[in-house]
Amino acid sequence: MNDDELDRVFKALGDPTRRRIIDRLRERPNQSLFEICAASHAEDGAGLSRQAITQHLDMLQRAGLVRVEWSGRTRIHSFEPGPMREAFDAWLRSRLQKGKRR
Amino acid sequence: MRIYISSVFVDDQSKALDFYTRVLGFQVKHDIPMGEHRWLTVVSPENPEGTELLLEPGDHPAVQPYKTALVADGIPATSFQVDNIDAEYARLRALGVAFTREPMDAGPVRMAVLDDSCGNLIQIIEMKAA
Repeated sequence: MNDDELDRVFKALGDPTRRRIIDRLRERPNQSLFEICAASHAEDGAGLSRQAITQHLDMLQRAGLVRVEWSGRTRIHSFEPGPMREAFDAWLRSRLQKGKRR
Repeated sequence: MRIYISSVFVDDQSKALDFYTRVLGFQVKHDIPMGEHRWLTVVSPENPEGTELLLEPGDHPAVQPYKTALVADGIPATSFQVDNIDAEYARLRALGVAFTREPMDAGPVRMAVLDDSCGNLIQIIEMKAA
C-alpha cells in the first residue's frame, strides 16, 4: 500500500459521519443510497442531505472501503474491510510494536 | 386548493393496471381512452373518494432517464400507507412481488420498498403508534 492509498484510507476514516456510514453498512450490507439516507435521518433526526451523503460515499469508495455493486437496476453499497487491514499492515502495526523505533 | 391526484410514470398502462389493482389491491376510478393512451386512475378501496393515483404513460423522452436514475439510487417514485406492513409484505411476497428492501424501522415509521414491475420502486410505510 503506497502513501496515496494510505492517505485515502485515513482521510476517509477521519470523519464521524463516514465512520457512522461504515458502522451501518457493517450491520446491514447491500444498501442503496435511499436506504443509507433513510437510516441517517431516522437515527440523527434531520440528518444529512442526499448530496452530502453521496460525497461521503464517494470518499469511502475511492479509499476502497465501500464496494458498489448492482442489484438489478439499483446500486447497492457494502463495507469492504480490506484497505483497513492493508493500512494496518503497511503502517499501524509496526508503530504498535514494542521496542522498535522505526 | 386540494390535492386530488398524484401520478407515477408507468412503462405499460395495461401491465400497470394489473399490478396496481390485482396485486396492490387498488380499484379503477377512471379509465378513459386518450389517443394511444388512457386517462387511467386508481383509488384505494379504503377511501374510494380520496386522492387518485394516475398511471401515467412514460413515453416522454425525459421519463426514462428520470426513472432509471431514481431506481439506481433506490429512490421510490411514491409512497403508500398500510396498517400492518409485515402482513402486507407477506401478502405481496406470496403474490410474487419483488422487494428491494424488506420492512425496516426508520424513525417514526416502518418502511419497505417494492418493485412495481413498471419501472418504479414504491415505498410502503406503517406509522408506528406514538
